[in-house]
Amino acid sequence: MAATLSREEVLGRVETVLIDALGVESDEVTQDATLQADLGAESIDFLDIVFRLEKTFDIKISKGELFPDDILSDPDNVVAGLVTPKGLEQLKSSMPHANFDDFENDPKVAKVPDLFTVQTIVNYVENKLNTAA
Amino acid sequence: MRWIWIDRFTEFVRGSHSVAVKNVTLAEEQLCDHFPGYPVMPPSLMIEGMAQTAGILVGETRNFQENVILAKIRLAEFTDYARPGGQLEYHAKIESIDDRAAATAGEVRLNGQPIGRVDLMFSHVNKSQSTAGLPEHNFVFTDQFMQLFETFQRGTLEGAAES
Repeated sequence: MAATLSREEVLGRVETVLIDALGVESDEVTQDATLQADLGAESIDFLDIVFRLEKTFDIKISKGELFPDDILSDPDNVVAGLVTPKGLEQLKSSMPHANFDDFENDPKVAKVPDLFTVQTIVNYVENKLNTAA
Repeated sequence: MRWIWIDRFTEFVRGSHSVAVKNVTLAEEQLCDHFPGYPVMPPSLMIEGMAQTAGILVGETRNFQENVILAKIRLAEFTDYARPGGQLEYHAKIESIDDRAAATAGEVRLNGQPIGRVDLMFSHVNKSQSTAGLPEHNFVFTDQFMQLFETFQRGTLEGAAES
């Protein structure tokens, strides 16, 4: 049923999910806002967002599908606080919904959370709905 | 001290929903100070009552093998006071559950009438994660909590046998 949603409709529903999950105001939920730094998401909030997205869009999100959490625990993927080229490729492969333009120039592990923006979530949901259609 | 804020389960459907009741009485210490001259059940303790109703429901889905930790209050709103003599009902249902966490939705009723909503999230903490300073034994589902659940089960079995 949700496969026919326009991008604006997806964005609107994602905004509602983030407002409810994070207790933020609607004007804070800009497309470039990062979930952690700008909207204050903590680790349990990421699971809350996943559960709410599943319910809102009637989709199933597997572990690590939206927020990959095992790539950075591989020692081959992180050296001296930087994501290695191999790690970067894995991240890009598992997160086609994220924008890596800035991150590729400064691939610090500490900057990985900045990959998760409102736009990232909207892209993910759109891809998911299009795949299911 | 017994940190149990529900009196008994009246309904329990594995993996789905549960209902527990709590009678509010003037004999309870928290009502002396909350508030002097106007005793009402503190909302924080109603949230705890819902957490116990929903937490046991979540824990039972995995046969109480994991600790189920209250991780987040997704929503808590109340529209009325619960005064002595009233009976609270906590209606909890599982909305989402996987091997990491569970989300529950809950309604609080007073004498049958809705007076609030409490939606929660729980984390599952299993033995392999207990190295982070947590005890290895199950510190959530203690004997006191298990007695509540077992009392309900016994009552159900006895009721079935009589009918």
